[in-house]
Amino acid sequence: MGTKEGDARTIARDGGSSTATTAETPASAGAADADRRRERINHTPGAGSERAAAIEAGRREMLTDNLRNRIKSLAERGLKRPRIGADAVCEALLREGVEVFFGYPGGVVLPFYDVLGDYPELRHVLVRHEQGGAHAADGYARATGKVGVCLGTSGPGATNLVTGIGNAMLDSVPIVAITGNVVGSLLGKDAFQEIDITGITLPCTKHNYLVREANDIPRIFAEAFHIARTGRPGPVHIDLTKDALMGACTAEHPETVDLPGFKPTFEGHPRQIRLFAQEIARAQRPVILAGHGVLISNATNELRELAEKAQIPVVHTLLGVSAIDETHPLSFGFVGMHGWKHANKAIQSADLLIALGMRFDDRVTGHVPTFAPYARIVHVDIDPAEIGKNVAVEIPIVGDVKRVLAALLPQVVQVDPELRAAYLAEMAEWRAESEKTPWHGSGAWRDGQLSADFVVCKIGEASNHDATMVADVGQNQMWTARYAGFRRPNSHISSGGLGTMGFGLPAAMGAAIGRPDKETWAIVGDGGLQMTVQELMTLVQDHVPVKIALLDNHKLGMVRQWQELVYAGNYHSSHLLGPDWVKLAEAYGVAGFRASTPEEVDSAIAAARAVDGPALVHFEIAEQQNVFPMMPAGKGLSDLIEEQFEEPKQ
Amino acid sequence: MSPNGQMPTNQAPNSAPSPSPSPAPAHTAPPARTMPGHGEVHRHVLVAIVLNKPGVLNRVASLMRARSFNIETLAVSHTDLPEVSRMTLTLRGDDVAVEQAAKQLYRLIDVLKVQDVTSDPTVEHEIALIKVRADDRNRGEVLTLAEMYKAKVVDLAAESLIVEATGTEAEVDALIGLLRGFGIKELVRSGTVVMSRGAGSIEEAAKR
Repeated sequence: MGTKEGDARTIARDGGSSTATTAETPASAGAADADRRRERINHTPGAGSERAAAIEAGRREMLTDNLRNRIKSLAERGLKRPRIGADAVCEALLREGVEVFFGYPGGVVLPFYDVLGDYPELRHVLVRHEQGGAHAADGYARATGKVGVCLGTSGPGATNLVTGIGNAMLDSVPIVAITGNVVGSLLGKDAFQEIDITGITLPCTKHNYLVREANDIPRIFAEAFHIARTGRPGPVHIDLTKDALMGACTAEHPETVDLPGFKPTFEGHPRQIRLFAQEIARAQRPVILAGHGVLISNATNELRELAEKAQIPVVHTLLGVSAIDETHPLSFGFVGMHGWKHANKAIQSADLLIALGMRFDDRVTGHVPTFAPYARIVHVDIDPAEIGKNVAVEIPIVGDVKRVLAALLPQVVQVDPELRAAYLAEMAEWRAESEKTPWHGSGAWRDGQLSADFVVCKIGEASNHDATMVADVGQNQMWTARYAGFRRPNSHISSGGLGTMGFGLPAAMGAAIGRPDKETWAIVGDGGLQMTVQELMTLVQDHVPVKIALLDNHKLGMVRQWQELVYAGNYHSSHLLGPDWVKLAEAYGVAGFRASTPEEVDSAIAAARAVDGPALVHFEIAEQQNVFPMMPAGKGLSDLIEEQFEEPKQ
Repeated sequence: MSPNGQMPTNQAPNSAPSPSPSPAPAHTAPPARTMPGHGEVHRHVLVAIVLNKPGVLNRVASLMRARSFNIETLAVSHTDLPEVSRMTLTLRGDDVAVEQAAKQLYRLIDVLKVQDVTSDPTVEHEIALIKVRADDRNRGEVLTLAEMYKAKVVDLAAESLIVEATGTEAEVDALIGLLRGFGIKELVRSGTVVMSRGAGSIEEAAKR
C-alpha cells in the first residue's frame, strides 16, 4: 500500500487485502504497535461521550474505597457466619455494578440462594425457564450497555441457558452466565444433574471458567466481567462447583485483572485511517454500511458527523437498526435479504463501501462474488478475525468504531452537498419507488385482511418512536426492522446472528427492567411466543410493563414464505394452532386485547399502552402475507424477489 | 474451463462492459469480488504460545474443528516457563484461510502469541518410531538405510527392529517409504516441532 492511487487499487484487488490485513494483526505488527496495544485500557462502550463518561464515572466510583465500603461485609450486615464462596459471588456482582439478574434455583446453587437474601441490593428475577433468563440478560445488556447476568443450576438448568448464551455470542452481547455444578469430587462421575457444561459452552462463549475453589471466585468474576464487556463484547460462562460456593473464602477482590492473552486493539492504525480519508475524498458514490458495532461503541454521533461532513448516505444491517435516526435525510434504511430494495441497490452501485462494526454476514452479502461489485471496501471492526473472513476488503482497520471515526473525522474533507446532489437525488428516487411497492398503507393486505407492516408502523407511531422495540425471529422481525421507524440508539433489539425464536418476550422483559424509563414493546409471532410464553408469568410476578404485540397468522410465517417461494408451495408443518391468546393472557393476569381489522389497530394499541403493567394485543393478521422484497438463498443483492400485486377482489 | 476453452479468470479486462444494470460509476467494471479462502493450498506451520492452563488444548482443538481448519499435526509441550506451553500446528490451506485460523486462535483468551513460520528460516523436526520386520536375511539392508537417514536402531528382536528417525516431515516420509518394502508393523510420529533460526524468540515476544 502507500503507492500511487492506480497501483494501490491493483495491489488491493490482487490480494493486497490479505497483505494489508496482516499489517493489522498482532502477529506481525511492529514492536512499537505491540507495546501500544498492550497498554491496558478499560473499555466502556464509546469512551469519550457523555454516556460513556457517566458509565465510566459510575464504574470508577464502584471501585473507590468509598463505594467498596458501601458493599458491606458480612460483619457490617450483622451476620456472624463465615464468608463463603457464595458471598464472594454476591460481592463480585455488586462490585461490577450488577443491580438485577435473572435466575432459576436448583440443587447445587442452593448455597447461593441461601445467602442471596443477605444482599438486598441485588434484585433477583425468578424466570420461568433458564432460556428466558439468558435472553432477559441479553435484552438487558443491549438496552443498557451494561453486562447482563443470568444464573441456572447444574445439568438441565445449565443446558437450558445454552441457547441464550449462543445468541449472545453471535450478536456480541456482554452477558455473564453463572451455573452451578456438582461438588468437585463428583465431577466426571455422572452424578445427579451433572453435565460437562463448560465443554458444551466452550465453542459458544468468549471465554468460560470452571471454578472448583472458593478463593478463585473473586479473581475469576473480575476477569469474566472484564472479558465480557471489553473489546468485542460477548458471553462469559462461569461454572461453580457446589463446594466452591460453600467453601470458606478469604480471597479479596482484585483491583485489576491480569490477562496477558487478552489485549484488544482500540485505536485504528494511523496509516490506515489516512488511507480511509483518502478513499472518502476520491469516492463518487460512497455508502456507509453501519452495523451493531456502531451501537456497541456508542459511535452514533460520529457516524452522523461523518455522513453529514462528507455527504455519504447511510444504510445499516439488521443489528445496526437505530444506529442512525431513520428520519435523517442521509439515512436510507436496512439492507440484506429482506432489506429495502433502494438500500441494496445503493450498495450494489457504490464505488466505496464503508463498513463500520459489521461482519458481512451471508444475510447481508448474499452471493459474495456479486456483492458490491463496483466498490472498494473500508472495513472497521474491533475483532481482527472479522477482517477478510467473509469478504476480501481493500482497507482493513482494526479498532473501536468510535475511536477510529473520531481520529478520521478531522481528516475528512467537507463535501459540498451540491457535489453529491445528483447522486443523492437518484438515491431518493429509488427510495420513493421502493418504499411505495410493498407497503400496505390502508392497513389491509388482500381481501381486507389485516396487514402486519401497518400494525408495526402504528405501534412505532403510537409510542412516538421512542419505545424499545424487541422483535422475535421471522417475518415479525423483518416487519419490525422495516416499518417501526427507529430514532433512538439501542431502541431496536433483535436476535440477528443466531435467529432464536422465542427471544422476543424474555429479551423485552430484560430490556424493560434495564430501561424502566422507556416504553417496551415485544413484537412477536405466534410461533416464537409459544416457545417462551411462560415468561408472561414473570412479567406479572415482577411487575414488568412489557407490551406484547402478537402478530398471529396461525403460521410459522417465514417457513411458510420459503415453502411458497422456494419449495413450490409444499406447506409441510408450517401451519400451527395457538391458544385463545386473550384468554391465555388473562389466565396469566396479563391484560389482553384483540384487533382483527385495520380500524381496530389504533384503539387496541392505545388500550394496551394505558394498562399499568404488562399487556398483550392479539393482532389477527393475514395468513399468507410475505415479507418482500426477498433475496433468495445463494443469490445476490441485485436478485430480489418482489411482491406480485393482485388487486383486491371487488 | 469455459466454453471457449479459456480458463475463467477473476481479472476482467479494463474495457469490459458493465455486467450489471446498476448505473456504472466513473471507473471501469471491476472483477468479481474475491472470496477469502479460495487461493492456492499450501502446508503451513503455526507456532502458538499459550497459557499452561487446563483445557487449553481442548479450546484450540475445538476451535479448529468448529471452523473447519484441518490440522495435520499438533505437538504440545511445556516450555522453560512453567506458566506457558507451546504448540506447533501444521495445517493445509490457502494463505487467507491460515491467516484466519491464526486470528481465530488469537480470540482465545489463553493464547498469547501465534506466528506463521512457514516462510521463515527455521529448524523443523519430528521424531518417528518405526517397527520394521527384519530378520537375519535383510536386517543388514534395513540398518544401512537407517544409517543413510541418520536414524538409530533403538530395539532389536529376532523378527523385527525399531528405527528411531528424526528430521523434517519430508525426510521421515522418505525413510518410511523405503522401509515399507520390508513391512512396517507399527509406526508412531510425534508431529512436527519447529524453531526459528537466529536470536529471535517467539516466547520472549509473547511475554512482552
